[in-house]
Amino acid sequence: MILARVIGNVVATQKNERYANARVMLCQPLSLAGEEMGATLIALDSVDSGVGDTVLIVQEGWGASTAATKEAGAAIDSAIVGVVDYIDLLPEEKGGERR
Amino acid sequence: MQLARVIGTVVATVKNDSLEGRKLLVIQSLDAQLKAQGSPLVALDAIGAGVGELIVWCRGKEASFPFRREDTPTDCTIIAIVDSDQHVTQGRR
Repeated sequence: MILARVIGNVVATQKNERYANARVMLCQPLSLAGEEMGATLIALDSVDSGVGDTVLIVQEGWGASTAATKEAGAAIDSAIVGVVDYIDLLPEEKGGERR
Repeated sequence: MQLARVIGTVVATVKNDSLEGRKLLVIQSLDAQLKAQGSPLVALDAIGAGVGELIVWCRGKEASFPFRREDTPTDCTIIAIVDSDQHVTQGRR
């Protein structure tokens, strides 16, 4: 799983039927230090996350599809599966700690 | 599968129901010299690993197999604890 920040959401009226009622979120992957890292991505929400939340994103299709739609086999490759409260790091890794 | 070091823990109260009660750990993948390789990831623990330990993790759908495989969303699962750093060897001894 990767850490990311929810930075927005996407409205698409015409979409694959398996995306019905899905919350399509725009997310920015983060480093442990909370810095933006890599390419922005789209993930379906399974936990009622909101803009500004630090979240956990699963990038494996079967699990993402099951988490977001309660059924496998949808054309989904990323799902938000948790909202991060905080991260505890080893002291030597703390250069990058956030919150 | 890759070697990694557990470098921290993640607390996430709100999570997908299927992750209820599961331990989330921050891992840093390592190369053969046990030097950091790539960015840290968040892994689901299937073996009872702790912070500081050297572990093996598995990626992909197969990462859900130690759990209820039909509905556990994970792409990164800790599946072994390496006995010690000295138990990673290369070539003939």
